[in-house]
This record gives sequence, C-alpha cells and structure tokens, in this order.
Amino acid sequence: MTAVSVMSYDDALAAFDPVLGLEVHVELNTASKMFCGCPTEFGAEPNTQVCPVCLGLPGAMPVVNAKAIESAMRIGLALNCDIAQWCRFARKNYFYPDMPKNFQTSQYDEPIAFEGYTDVEVEGQTFRIEVERAHMEEDTGKSMHVGTSGRIHGADYSLVDYNRAGIPLIEIVTKPIEGIGDKAPLVAKAYVAHLRDLLLGLGVSDVRMEQGSLRCDVNLSLRPHGQVKLGTRTETKNVNSLRSVERAVRYEIGRQAALLTEGTAIIQETRHWQEDAGVTTSGRLKSDADDYRYFPEPDLVPIAPSREWVEQLKSALPEPPSVRRTRLQEAWGFSDLEMRDTVGAGAMTLVEQTVSEGATPAAARKWWLSDLARRANEAGVDLLSLDVTPADVARVQALVDEGKINDKIARQVFDGVLAGEGTPDEVVTARGLAVVSDEGALSEAVDRAIEANPGVADKIRDGKLAAAGALIGAVMKEMRGQADAGRVRELILTKLS
Amino acid sequence: MSDLTRRTAAELADALASGETTSVEVTSAHLDRIAGVDHDLHSFLHVDAEGAISAARESDARRSAGKPASALDGVPIAVKDILTTIGMPTTCGSRILEGWVPPYDATVVSRLKAAGLPILGKTNMDEFAMGSSTEHSAYGPTHNPWDLDRIPGGSGGGSAAAVSSFEAPLAIGTDTGGSIRQPGAVTGTVGVKPTFGGVSRYGLVALANSLDQAGPVARTILDAALLHEVIGGHDPLDSTSIDQPLPPLVEAAREGTRQGAARDLSGLRIGVVKELGGDGYQAGVRARFDESVQLLVDAGASVVEVSCPHFVHALAAYYLILPSEASSNLAKFDAMRYGLRVWPEGIESPSAEEVMRASRDAGFGDEVKRRIILGTYALSSGYYDAYYGQAQKVRTLISRDFDAAFEQADVLVSPTAPTTAFKIGEKVDDPVSMYLNDIATIPANLAGVPGLSLPSGLADEDGLPTGFQILAPAMADDRLYRVGAALEAMLIHAWGGPLLARAPELAQKESVR
Amino acid sequence: MPDITREEVAHLADLARIDLSDAELDHLAPQLAVILDSIKSISEVAADDVPPTSHALPLTNVFREDVVRPGLTAEQALSGAPQVEQQRFSVPRILGEL
Repeated sequence: MTAVSVMSYDDALAAFDPVLGLEVHVELNTASKMFCGCPTEFGAEPNTQVCPVCLGLPGAMPVVNAKAIESAMRIGLALNCDIAQWCRFARKNYFYPDMPKNFQTSQYDEPIAFEGYTDVEVEGQTFRIEVERAHMEEDTGKSMHVGTSGRIHGADYSLVDYNRAGIPLIEIVTKPIEGIGDKAPLVAKAYVAHLRDLLLGLGVSDVRMEQGSLRCDVNLSLRPHGQVKLGTRTETKNVNSLRSVERAVRYEIGRQAALLTEGTAIIQETRHWQEDAGVTTSGRLKSDADDYRYFPEPDLVPIAPSREWVEQLKSALPEPPSVRRTRLQEAWGFSDLEMRDTVGAGAMTLVEQTVSEGATPAAARKWWLSDLARRANEAGVDLLSLDVTPADVARVQALVDEGKINDKIARQVFDGVLAGEGTPDEVVTARGLAVVSDEGALSEAVDRAIEANPGVADKIRDGKLAAAGALIGAVMKEMRGQADAGRVRELILTKLS
Repeated sequence: MSDLTRRTAAELADALASGETTSVEVTSAHLDRIAGVDHDLHSFLHVDAEGAISAARESDARRSAGKPASALDGVPIAVKDILTTIGMPTTCGSRILEGWVPPYDATVVSRLKAAGLPILGKTNMDEFAMGSSTEHSAYGPTHNPWDLDRIPGGSGGGSAAAVSSFEAPLAIGTDTGGSIRQPGAVTGTVGVKPTFGGVSRYGLVALANSLDQAGPVARTILDAALLHEVIGGHDPLDSTSIDQPLPPLVEAAREGTRQGAARDLSGLRIGVVKELGGDGYQAGVRARFDESVQLLVDAGASVVEVSCPHFVHALAAYYLILPSEASSNLAKFDAMRYGLRVWPEGIESPSAEEVMRASRDAGFGDEVKRRIILGTYALSSGYYDAYYGQAQKVRTLISRDFDAAFEQADVLVSPTAPTTAFKIGEKVDDPVSMYLNDIATIPANLAGVPGLSLPSGLADEDGLPTGFQILAPAMADDRLYRVGAALEAMLIHAWGGPLLARAPELAQKESVR
Repeated sequence: MPDITREEVAHLADLARIDLSDAELDHLAPQLAVILDSIKSISEVAADDVPPTSHALPLTNVFREDVVRPGLTAEQALSGAPQVEQQRFSVPRILGEL
C-alpha cells in the first residue's frame, strides 16, 4: 500500500473545522425478520433461516413485523423525534449479490421518525446532536469471499448466506454535527456509546458492535476556519468498535487535511476503516450507484401510527440516560470525575449490572475501569465485548471479600474466565488459586522466611515494623501469592514480637 | 366419455356429486383432449398428467368417504405459468426461468389444491405477462382455437385458449391491464379481474404490483363465480389483500341468470363509457356491443352515457407505472440464486456483474427489455416527477372519474377490446399498436375496480368472437356476476346455444397417452 | 422532451444490468423514443394539487405478530441455485465492496 500523507492532528485542527455526520444501523432483537417469519438467531447454519420472502423468490411478498414498528417508534421517541402521522416503505434499487431482490425495502422521504436530538457529554462539555431521521429497513445477506486472502479484492468467487437477509434494521442519521472542533473523535465515540446505552435501555437490540448488531458509518468533511460552506465529505465504513470510531475520525481528519493543504480536492467516496493498519482505504467509487430510483413499495401499505399508540409508547419509555446517570451517580456516591470516567469508558451499564449482582459500586468501578479496561484496550475491543460478565466481576470481588483470593490472584482468575476456562469459582478450583488459609502451613512458611532472613527479623524485633514487608514478600513468593498478606503480616509480627 | 370436456365446470361438479362420473374420468378426458389438440394450440407449457390423475384419485376417495373438499372438488383446472407451483416448473413464459421449479405454492394454488381441483398443467403466456397476444412467450405463441393463424390474446392466451378449446373447464389467469379480459373477448370465453386485493398475490410473480390480480377464466359466468369463490378472500401473506369476506358471487350469478331469463332488469342503471368506444373500435365489435346493450335495455335496464375524460390518458399512465414497477420486480433475476446463468463470451474470469448482464441479456426477450429500460428511465433521478410521479396523479384522476360515473350507474360497460383476434405476427413489431389492445381494460386496473368480459357474439366481418366488458365499483364484484349472468342468459337464448358451439372443430391427433 | 438517445439507452441498460448488443441498442432506441413520445402527454395532465395514488386500496397498518414461522430447508432454498458450495450460493467474484 503506498504511503498516504497524514497531517498531524493538531495542525489539522489549527487549519480546519471538522463536520461530522454519523449514520448508525441498529439490528433489532425481534424474534422474526422484518417482513417474514424467519428466525433471527445469530450463528445458525447457512441458509437455514430463509423463506421465499427473505430469499426474494419470484412471487413472494413482505408483511411488516409489528414489533419492529414499535421498536422503531420507541427509538424515535427516545431520541426526541416526531413520529410520522403517515409514512410508507420505499424501494431502494441497486444490484448486489447479497441483496436477494436487488432492491432494499427501506424508507426514503417518509421516515417513521424525524427531527429529534440527543445530548452527549464529552470531558464535561455537553453537545446536542441533532437527529435528522430514524427509519426502518432490512438487512442483507452475508458473503464469504473465497480466494487467497479471504478479502473481496482478488477473490475468485463468493459464497452467500441469506440468513441475515431481512433482519430488521433501524437507521439513525444525524444532521451535520458542527462546532465540535478538536473534540470531534470523542464526540463521535461518545455519541455511539450513548446511543448504545439508550438502545440497551430500551431493550430493542443487543447492540454488539463486534457482532454487527450496531454499525456505524462515519461521514467527515473539513472546511477552513470561518468558511460556511461544507467541504466534500467521505463516508467511512467497517468501523466496528467505539475505539475504531474515535480512531477513524482522527485518521480521516489528518488524511483530508493533508490533501486539502496541498491543494488536492477530496473525492466524495466510500472508504473502509482498516483496524490493523489504522487507516482508511478507498472503496468503490460511487457513480451511478447513487441513483437508487426510489419509489413507494407497492406490496406494502402505509403505516399510520395513531397518536394514542405514540403516547402510550412515550409514557412507557425508560428514564432518559441523563436522568439515569444522575440517579446512579447519587446512588453510587461517585464524584463527578469518577462518574465521567465511568461513562467515558462505556462502563455505566456494566457497573450497574455488577452492582445488581451484589458488588459495591466502588468495587465494580475498580475492576471495570482498571484491569478490565486495560485488557479491552490491549485486545482492541470495547469493554462490552470482553468475555466476562457483570456477574463474574461481582463474584470475583466476593471471593476477595471472603478472603478466598486476593486482588493479585483475582487478575489470574480473570485470565482464566477470559480464556473460557469457566466461572470464577471454577477457575479458582481448576488452577488451584485459592488462598492458603491453613494456619499451620502459613505458620511454617513464615518460620522459614524468618529463618532465611535473620537480619530482617532482627530489625523487626527492634521495632522497625516496616521491614516486615520483605518477609511478607518472601512468604508470598513461596505461597505463589496464594496467601492473605494481612494474615501473613500478623503472623510475622506475632512471632517476632 | 368425450363429452365430459364439453360440460361446464358446474355441470361436471353436479355429475361428480351425483356419482355419474369420477374425477379420474373427467381429468383423463381432459388430458386426452390436451394430448389431441395442444400440438396445434400450444396452450400448455407443462402438462402434469401424473400429478393431475393422482389428485383426481384423492378427490374420488374423498367423495367416496362423503367428504368432498368443496363444490368444485375433482374438477380439473389449468394455471397460468406465472403462479408458483411446487414440483411443477414456473417459467412465466421466459427463458430466464426455464426449468425453475419453485419450492412453494402460490396462495391461489394452495387454495385450488385444498378445494380438490386437479391441476392439469401450466399455461402459456407473454413473457412476464408483458403483452396482449402471447406472441412474446419465449416458448412460442399460443394459437386461437377459432383460427389457428390468429392470436388468442394476451398475456394469458394459454389459459383462455385452453378453456376455449375444451382442454380445461376452468383456468386461472392474471390481469394487469386486461390480460384475462382481452383473451376472453377474442376467444369467446369469460374472464374476470377481481377488485384489486380481492385475490391473493402471494406466489404471483409480480409484473406491476399495484395493478396485478389473479382471476377466473371459464366458459360461463357461473363457472367463473364458483372458481372466484374458491380462490378469493383475505390472505395474511399479502399485505394488500382485502380483509373482508367476498360478496356472495355464486348467489349473484344465479340471481342474474334468473333475472335474464325473466327479462327483469328493472332498476339496473347501465353506464356506457363514452371514451371506451367509437373510432378505433372495429365495426363488428361495436355492433355486437350495441346489441348487447339493447338486450339489457329491452329487459328493463336504463342506460346512460357517462364521460370519463381522463381515460384517454390511461394508456400513458399504465405504460409508465407498469414498466417502473416491473423494472424493479425483475431485478431479482440476476443468475445468482436461481434461473438462467450465462457466462459472457471472451472473458477469462467474469465477475458477478458480468454474469448478471450476460444472463439477463440472454434470458429476457425484447418486450421485457423494452419495458425494463422504460421503467428504469421513468424512475431515474430527474425523471421521476415528470413520469412516474405524474402517472400516479393521473391514476387519482381516473379513480375520480370512476367514482363520478358510479354515481350515475350501477355498472359501466364497453367493448372489452377494440378488435377481434388479429393475425399472429401482425402487430408484434409495432409496440404502440400492440399496446392499444388494452385501451378499454387498463382503466380498471389503474383504479383497482373489478371487471368482467363475456362473449357478446361474432363480428360480421370476420366471424371472430367479440367481448362485452362490465365494470363495477371496488368490492362490488357481485354486480359483475349478476349483470353478466343476466346478459349471458339473454344472449345464449338469442343464439340458441353457447357461442363456443360455433367454434370450428380442431383436428384431433391420435391419442398418444 | 423525451428524445431518448442511443447513449441514454446504453446508460439505462447499464443501470438495469442488461448487456445489450449494438444491434439491440440500434433496435431499441427508436422504439423507446416512439413509446415515450406517445406517453409524453402525461406530464401536462394533472395539476399540482392532485395527490398521487400509490395504492388503489385505502388500507393502512397491515402488520403481523413477531412470531417465528417455519420457512424453507436449506435444500429447498438452494434447489434452484446455479451453483452451491458449503450450503451457500456460489456466485462469481464480486467486483467491489459497497
């Protein structure tokens, strides 16, 4: 790949003003598909969850899933949108092998929800993101590219599975997000995290970015400071985690700034985020693909949600995230900074769930924001994607509280859980990590340490209690960490007093 | 029992019920007839003798057990090759679906099976229902039983010819702009387009989703009513199907026959549509039409001329809406999941795109390509408002014309088609001339109102059948059957017997079954 | 005015993924022009205040319950496929990601 010049972030922001547009696709967690009764379970054998409708067989006809409509309206209401009095589905016509009908049944100029907003907080500053629309559409099938690299370029042929075709999607589109300056990458990330929280709260989706039930396309353009006219934007796809959202925005700003500075125009195109390389690459140039020849879907009739239905859904919405956040902060006794860090790490719901499993808020925060956040970072995934549950975390803390393990050993327990070795209790047993509580064995180990370190022992006898640390270390080493350090210290001091 | 093929479906149903005959006998008789004459007619693209006999046996078993599935249990039927049938190819008259066997039945087909009608086979049609002559079938035309050098109408020429030639007592057709009614007119049979939404479209390969309807093809009004009641009614798999029971159609047909026989149509208001007649309509067609109107008047109906001024734009609106919807519907035929796959010549390792293009070029006929291009044009950015958008507005105006006309009349009438059957080859290279065949039938599809065509006699100049069209308000399909049955009774009386008795005998091949 | 050129027809055929030969293009373009000419009157018929009809029936809100229904087996789904591999539809190489 030829090297692409990228301007430094600070230089880019000094010269240009970024404008963001975020399109988020949410896969709904309905039991059946958008237009037919096929199941939506993830991971089934290929082409076993299909029927004439979602396979696009000649003669098949769609019928709308009532739950999908309800979810769409609830999402719209949670985003403070107006709900359409009357709207239709439309056909978006284009050819692609993963689209069984070669048109997508979607919504065009009549989305079910529109003109909304939502507030996100970034480093203490609140940004109001305006939502242009939320509309309903259907997902496509999945292609597997067969060839040397498994990637689409250079593939010999492809194999298509239509299990995913027809699963309900809600597309949420923001209006251009302006005035965010150098916070652009964080605003983008915060918005997606916030949306994810909102959707989790509504219970309408699993919102697992790594599984594709929450997808984000990032639109970005730059304009010189002071210019009103928007610059040419690019659309970046394949942004599969919160981390990627932030990185992709940051990279694209740098790339576009470099081009603009040297006088090269930005090509309006779709780009792909490459997580490993940390760059965006050019996708296929959109030429006539933009002429989707939209027209109202004649096989479906208009949706006209009654105002009673809308009111009923509105009144049953879960509390808004900002209200929930305030309530939780108070309940947990977190400082503003502690809460901000928790939210910033995408851990608010995780902490809440861990607390409901019995842990204290402080303990929950401790684990999620330190050890687990570090692991997520190293693996390049979001906290939500780690293979450890709030229940696991609560149990680990409980084991520490019970004295069965200590904080240090706890990390090994997490190693085991993440490696799929089982529950925390199972890992402790299998790996033999339990703290030795046998007083006799401990006492003997302490004796051995005292014997091996006479000089240190003398100091302690003399009253320099701080020297106990070295002996504790020696005992812990012999016990491979599986001892309660506090009890060891007690034993040392007792024996040497 | 060769005269079994000359009986109406109602008569066959009676004969089965009384034990005079069995479904196996009836079905075999029709299969023999098909084997004898279809070589000249080419009504059928696929004949399922084994399946039909097997279904006939099951019907007979039910009847022996005293449990017939319906009034028409055991009466065989032919199905236009545009409806999906498990185990039987469904080609839609196109090469692109040659040999495609669907894994599911259309709802109409399921209902026929549930009612016990053995399916004789699939009938020929213009490719993807685009046409008025069945000359655009990729498998060769069907010939009119009245004159083998002439077209049987289209797009459902196969179903009409099959019924007209006694190959089947009943058939299913589909009508988007007249494809049931116009073949009915030129073959001397009865064809009905139900109210839009009255019969399920699930499994009906879509041409123009907002215009298509499946409907009965038969030799008598009563037969059509009996069949209509089997196939019609709400289908949860079709979002556009009417969620109300059908009006009593068989009852209406019987009532109409009584009224016709009694010459008592007082109170009935007939509206003759000014724009659906006059110049452009063959003299013999108009003569038979006028006579039929006179019969109705003589029986006590009042007649009034109504004007539907926007009907003159119906053809234009239709030829914008249909291709637009069709261009999108036919996009699914891309050689990826089913249907013809053609590898483009001279390309070493073709891409999916290239295979799509080559397959579609090879698989679609000229008329289909014309309409796909037209539709793509009408929907493309920059043209939508001027074409598709405008056409949808004209639809509103046409519906309003119908509403106004139905204030003055209970039913509207016109000749079904402007001419009798023309010769094969005569219009096939002149698309616009071909499109004019639907000029009287199209308005009903645009507005969604039901229409019926019944034979109104032979034209003097060529001795070929003409059709009388009756239109009713949406959901008032019963009016079609009542008025149609009344007129039918009076016409048959005037003729001294059914019109089809005057059709020429077809040369019968030695039975090869 | 709908004076449809050969180039436009070629472009439309492209959008419709049909590989028209030169002969077909020569044949089609004039036919399309004639058809378009015969329907051009449509743009002058309806006043701005006439609403379009996309659905002949005034139905709204037709839904189904969110319940799983039996569909096709993989065998049935793949039954018409030109080529199958690993229980999936085998298609020629796709040129570019959308």
